[in-house]
Amino acid sequence: MTNTIADIEEADVILVTGSNTTENHPVLSAFVKRAVKFKGAKLIVVDPRRIKLTQFADLWLRPNLGTDVAWINGMMNVIINEGLLDEDFVDRRTEGFEALRKVVEKYDPEFVEGITGIPAEALRAAARLYGKAGAASILYCMGITQHTTGTDNVKSLANLAMLTGNLGRPGTGVNPLRGQNNVQGACDMGGLPNVFSGYQPVTDLAVVKKMEDAWGVSGIPTKPGLTVTKMIPMAHEGRLKALYIMGENPLVSDPDLNHAEKSIKNLDFLVVQDIFLTETAQLADVVLPSTCFAEKDGTFSNTERRVQRVRKALEPPGESMEDWKIICSVATRMGYEMKYPDSEAIFNEIARVTPSYAGLSYARIEKEGLHWPCPSAEHPGTPILHTQQFARGRGLFHAIEWIPPSEQTDDEYPMYLTTGRILYQYHTGTMTMKTGGLNFKAPEAFVEISAADAARYRLADGDMVRVSSRRGEIVARVKVSSKAVDGTIFIPFHFARAAANRLTNAALDPVSGIPEYKVCAVRISKAA
Amino acid sequence: MTTSKIITINGRELTFENDETILEVARRNGIEIPTLCHLKGTQPTGACRICVVEVEGARNLMPACCTPAADKMVVRTESPQVVAARRLIIQLMLASGNHNCAIRGSDNQDWTAFQLKVQEEDGSSDLCPVWGDCRLQDLAYRYQVSGERFDATVNRYPIEDVNPFIVRDFSRCILCGRCVQACCEVQVNNAISFGYRGPFSKIIAAGDRPLKDSDCVFCGECVQVCPVGALVEKEARYRVRPWETGKVRTTCTYCGVGCQILLHVKDGKVVKVTGVPDSPPNHGSLCVKGRFGFDFINSEKRLTKPLIKENGKFREADWDEALDLVAGRFREIVEKNGSESVGVLTSARVTNEENYIANKFARAVLKTNNIDHCARL
Ligand code: SF4
Ligand code: SF4
Ligand code: SF4
Ligand code: FES
Repeated sequence: MTNTIADIEEADVILVTGSNTTENHPVLSAFVKRAVKFKGAKLIVVDPRRIKLTQFADLWLRPNLGTDVAWINGMMNVIINEGLLDEDFVDRRTEGFEALRKVVEKYDPEFVEGITGIPAEALRAAARLYGKAGAASILYCMGITQHTTGTDNVKSLANLAMLTGNLGRPGTGVNPLRGQNNVQGACDMGGLPNVFSGYQPVTDLAVVKKMEDAWGVSGIPTKPGLTVTKMIPMAHEGRLKALYIMGENPLVSDPDLNHAEKSIKNLDFLVVQDIFLTETAQLADVVLPSTCFAEKDGTFSNTERRVQRVRKALEPPGESMEDWKIICSVATRMGYEMKYPDSEAIFNEIARVTPSYAGLSYARIEKEGLHWPCPSAEHPGTPILHTQQFARGRGLFHAIEWIPPSEQTDDEYPMYLTTGRILYQYHTGTMTMKTGGLNFKAPEAFVEISAADAARYRLADGDMVRVSSRRGEIVARVKVSSKAVDGTIFIPFHFARAAANRLTNAALDPVSGIPEYKVCAVRISKAA
Repeated sequence: MTTSKIITINGRELTFENDETILEVARRNGIEIPTLCHLKGTQPTGACRICVVEVEGARNLMPACCTPAADKMVVRTESPQVVAARRLIIQLMLASGNHNCAIRGSDNQDWTAFQLKVQEEDGSSDLCPVWGDCRLQDLAYRYQVSGERFDATVNRYPIEDVNPFIVRDFSRCILCGRCVQACCEVQVNNAISFGYRGPFSKIIAAGDRPLKDSDCVFCGECVQVCPVGALVEKEARYRVRPWETGKVRTTCTYCGVGCQILLHVKDGKVVKVTGVPDSPPNHGSLCVKGRFGFDFINSEKRLTKPLIKENGKFREADWDEALDLVAGRFREIVEKNGSESVGVLTSARVTNEENYIANKFARAVLKTNNIDHCARL
């Protein structure tokens, strides 16, 4: 997030899109709801489903799946035409405005209505509300990123915020909500194919030299590696031979699971390090037992870039070991000695080689976490990004045309499917499904469908329905719900037994490598 | 020059901000005034009146939590009149339900009969489930009162234990309303409210149904703020007493909000989780996963030994054998097929330190940039 969680309550207008906040970030959603109910903030929700937050919204826009760039361009069109842009901010802090203006020119609300299904007047109202706000905050989640145009969607939201000067001040910002607790940290720490810790590019020779010196090695490749969504097809082709998987369960979470399963089986060697024998671990050649968060010391970085302590409360079961210790032992056995007395020693090394973490230490975050960037021991941390300038100096507008999602409905597959999470389960369920009460509230997968669609297919609440896509098929229980809109069903992806990801499309965003979980075409029929 | 406004509390002259209450000024200056219904961050309701203080010139005692401080106000927080009022309130509350902790007192004839009745209603031979962790009990000690002055009132509503996670026991509810404020003003889930009137008052959900059939999302905020034993975690009820547990502060393992939590540990197991109050980002709030989704930690399905697959079946192995095998196979494959033929998937669920180590392992040891994680999926 560019701004903090607490900052949400400072906003005059909050735009939430592609985030079912009350279910996926429940405590954060309370900040949104309080801002609306008690602090007079106006809420705009843009989401294809009638999620809980729509009950708090002043405006709910319901776009067709995969049309985000279009409605965002539409809002900018109105903002520019009605003079609601922050000219001073655009002049002083940005570049590329002309190109943007040209592209959004044709996205007038009527044109946009044709693409998105959002009534022109509603779009105008939303643009005015956002454009006139003193401080407006944008919150988004995977409903924005999990598209073949995910990167475009994110850039478009940044365009909208820059155009109206809604960055770098309290109550503003473009705020991605991270799904899993340490996504931010996994990215910060170089768990990505193109960067070392602190987003230092592997293509920057000076950086590579620095890391080689720090680590006492040579020959670190300077070409970006493969994203997970590319590793899988490479395994399928037999070009990726061995995979070391730590604490992930791609055999429920990956798109087009049938294909992913075949690919992983095709590996010569698979190591899975986890706390449970997950679906993925079952395919491994070696499974290494690791410890969970309650059994180790360390840090997590939350969605607002706050680095916070994790503390050991329990002894780990049996012979299980901390993930870092296991990896250090493997490295040492491969001839590169990795030895640390404790997690704090690792953290200190992180601070030495990572500029944005340089000023952090366990002592400093003992009581309360700090927000990176924190470049020195005296630096107070950075709750709000871009207050003076952007990382690259001026903020660059990206002129982006809308392109349709990679899969469209047709006669054979006439319904859209979108996937996501629910309150009572988490990711692939390996943790939450061990709690009886959570299973009581959310025992199994379901197919959320509108009353009209249910009637059309003669389905009643509780019936079993078969859902097929070009890639696979599952059977799950029907849940007729007012959250669903006609023509689109929703299935949570947590459940291995009716894994929504057997249906989803592995078409990727060309930049981020994120698959299009949020749109694919399916057909449904009553199961016997 | 601004002339600052002065309030006098217990003889101390104190300055205050414009919209501060007597309670806020007092607390800021280390003067303790007891409260029950007051819940930080919400609109004061003045429901319990335990915070009453004497204000010179006022006809009645005033509740400190909802009386604004005023210039030249003179306040006494523990005068005989105040203490008498508080004692009466506590006595009435104790008599209002099944408050069967030691505070109940044992001089009267009815001690045994009362305990037996409560124990039958509770289905437990123990004292109150939150005995030792109850604000009402604390106050009864502080003001040296027992529950015997008034006859125990009849218990109108049975225990509600059909919900996952939360047991609602109206016999111990003092109707302070904190749960309603927590639900409606802090979490804004609007699942519960006051229902019925007078002696029939009750906190209700969805027109008086069990929580599980209401809008309740089991965040447990209400349980955390309930000052007495009316709302208790189902799994901890009777099983966990606060003095038996150690508490360790850490960060929630589920979503990216990063709520600060306290793990309550008893006999090497997590038995309860609460939010860390007054600390960002969550200021005590949690959701159902963070508060109640901890059973996996002690699950019997946890992996405890390395496993090696042989002929399609896993067998247990010791660490040396497993680690040698992993190191050996990776070395072989890298030698034979090059560094691009191997990859590492790190995780959004392990620590920064572990992600950093995975990144170092991939790049410095395997010499590959094929490292990613599944968290964007
Ligand atoms: S249930 Fe607890 S918090 Fe709610 S009114 Fe009763 S005593 Fe107060
Ligand atoms: S658990 Fe949460 S939602 Fe349910 S009644 Fe309590 S505060 Fe409200
Ligand atoms: S308690 Fe809930 S909202 Fe808070 S970090 Fe955990 S999962 Fe997220
Ligand atoms: S605490 Fe002031 S009236 Fe209850």
